[in-house]
Amino acid sequence: MAEFNKAENLGEWFDQRLNTKAFWKTMMSEYWIPKDINFLWAMGALLATLFGILLISGIFLLMYYKPDVNLAFDSVNYTIMQEVGYGWLFRHIHAVGASIVFLVIYIHMFTGIYYGSYKKGREMIWISGMIIFMTFSAEGFSGYMLPWGQMSYWAAYVITEIFGGIPFIGGDLVVWIRGNFYVSDATLTRFFMLHVLLLPLGILGAIVFHFYTLRFPHVNNQEGDFFDYEVESKKFLDGNKKESKVINFWPGFLSKDIMVINIFMIFFFYLVFYHYNFAMDPINFDKANGLKTPEHIYPEWYFLWSYEVLRGWFFSIAGISGKDLGLMAFAFANGIFLVMPWLDRSPTVAPANRRPYFKIWFWLLMLDLVILTIFGKLPPTGSNAWVGFFASASFLILFISLPFITNMEAKKAGGKQ
Amino acid sequence: MINESRRGFVGKAFGAVAGVGAVASLVAMKKTWDPLPSVMAAGFTVVDVSNMEENKLNIVVWRGKPIFVLKYSADMKPTEGRNVKIGDNYFSVMIGLCTHLGCIPAYREDKKDFKCACHGGKYTDAGVQTFGPPPRPLDIPPFDLDGTTLTLGKDGAAYKELMAKA
Ligand code: HEM
Ligand code: FES
Repeated sequence: MAEFNKAENLGEWFDQRLNTKAFWKTMMSEYWIPKDINFLWAMGALLATLFGILLISGIFLLMYYKPDVNLAFDSVNYTIMQEVGYGWLFRHIHAVGASIVFLVIYIHMFTGIYYGSYKKGREMIWISGMIIFMTFSAEGFSGYMLPWGQMSYWAAYVITEIFGGIPFIGGDLVVWIRGNFYVSDATLTRFFMLHVLLLPLGILGAIVFHFYTLRFPHVNNQEGDFFDYEVESKKFLDGNKKESKVINFWPGFLSKDIMVINIFMIFFFYLVFYHYNFAMDPINFDKANGLKTPEHIYPEWYFLWSYEVLRGWFFSIAGISGKDLGLMAFAFANGIFLVMPWLDRSPTVAPANRRPYFKIWFWLLMLDLVILTIFGKLPPTGSNAWVGFFASASFLILFISLPFITNMEAKKAGGKQ
Repeated sequence: MINESRRGFVGKAFGAVAGVGAVASLVAMKKTWDPLPSVMAAGFTVVDVSNMEENKLNIVVWRGKPIFVLKYSADMKPTEGRNVKIGDNYFSVMIGLCTHLGCIPAYREDKKDFKCACHGGKYTDAGVQTFGPPPRPLDIPPFDLDGTTLTLGKDGAAYKELMAKA
């Protein structure tokens, strides 16, 4: 073992044993972030904060929640909401947090798409992000089941039933997932396990992996500029901070992130205290009843777009039933973002507004997602059904045409260069 | 040299043991998620239809599923392969779960049809789909008939006859 001198102070004591100074340099004070970014690059740190808030509020809810079909509803709506000191606060934080985290995830994702931050070496960042998104979706779904209200029950019912559409094994698979012929106690306890342990653990691991994937390609910047990090960081360290294209992660980048997080937190707690209702559906204050479907069923707002893609197909085409078409479209919608880096055939990394065709594609996609989200909540009757159909079909067409559009764009740009 | 081949053997042995262990664990994990034997044991539900009112939907529970039992009035026409005659009246006996995604359709006595609130599916009084995403008629559960008593879960003669016609 190396020789140890008596440490002068606590910092040195740890440094001798854990090499903390070198670790801090590598991870924080000499990890480089481009200067040319805006507040949208703070969404990642904001998401990490929101995940922490969900974890902490969840731990407190877990102290009184009871995963049993006879006890769950009252343990939430009576014990936690009325008896436990500040139980309501943790519930509101958890519910509002779960809803808002998806808003920020979508902003973060579409920032990535807008600036082309998923290609030319950044593919793994994108894929790890999509893994987080998928696990987070499962986390949201399983958590929604726990209060065992009418919406909990019927959302669980309809979503598990979707697996019945898989050829041959579908029917058995549904029974297997539920642990019963219908959504029951066995279903509640296994989704409870997923929600409080397995999925959060998976998300935590995926976040760590996401950070690791950022390490070598570095984050993108507003211009899609590629430059030599060695050269730029040397300028910074030599004192040419103005000329350098980079700043250090700490304190340079994080201090601005923390500013954005602070402003966001004011908005977040405003929602928690005064406008929490959007995250608490009134129908879910009726206890689950497997023999009475509520008048109108819809998922939380962040699943509405993909729900509408599923519902849009209400008639059969070429002998394939509307149900099967809907399921296929739904599977497509949930998987297609994963392969985004390969659908975009243009090598250009630039903000969408500087790409002649991609610009149109991007804003059409945004419009389509907004339409799908709005109509996903409306009853699917009359003309609504047709809007749903066209919006759902447009979604598919947009993604199928993306490789062609970006190829054309690349050729056009190639001709000019 | 000898060391290398020993290492190779150790590697293969580890692979074999780990492979068997992994498969065994997966089987055990799958089984843990399986429905319990008590759940799987077929349940039977016995219903007496003699006191049912015409054109009023009765819902009984069988294996956790709602079962629709609808007694037809004289002006309601039976559908081939869908209705069963008990005494003087025709009846619809169907699993009350929308064949789209499993919501429970509501019976509208005035229109004599079923409407599913979830995605707007519609069915006739005999459970045949007429509008929306439902891909097939409401399923008919296996049943046995003894006078005016229905036993759900047992495939009797009347049920088999119905299935042959459908
Ligand atoms: C809890 C969830 C998530 C956390 C904590 C997280 C965290 C972060 C952080 C800290 C950064 C660097 C700073 C920034 O550019 O914002 C980042 C970048 C990035 N993330 Fe995430 N992220 C999450 C989810 C996602 C999802 C769902 C996607 C999309 C599939 C995604 C895709 C990306 C991409 C493409 C970048 C690079 C941006 C660039 O190069 O400019 N992330 N993430
Ligand atoms: S579940 Fe009935 S129409 Fe979809």
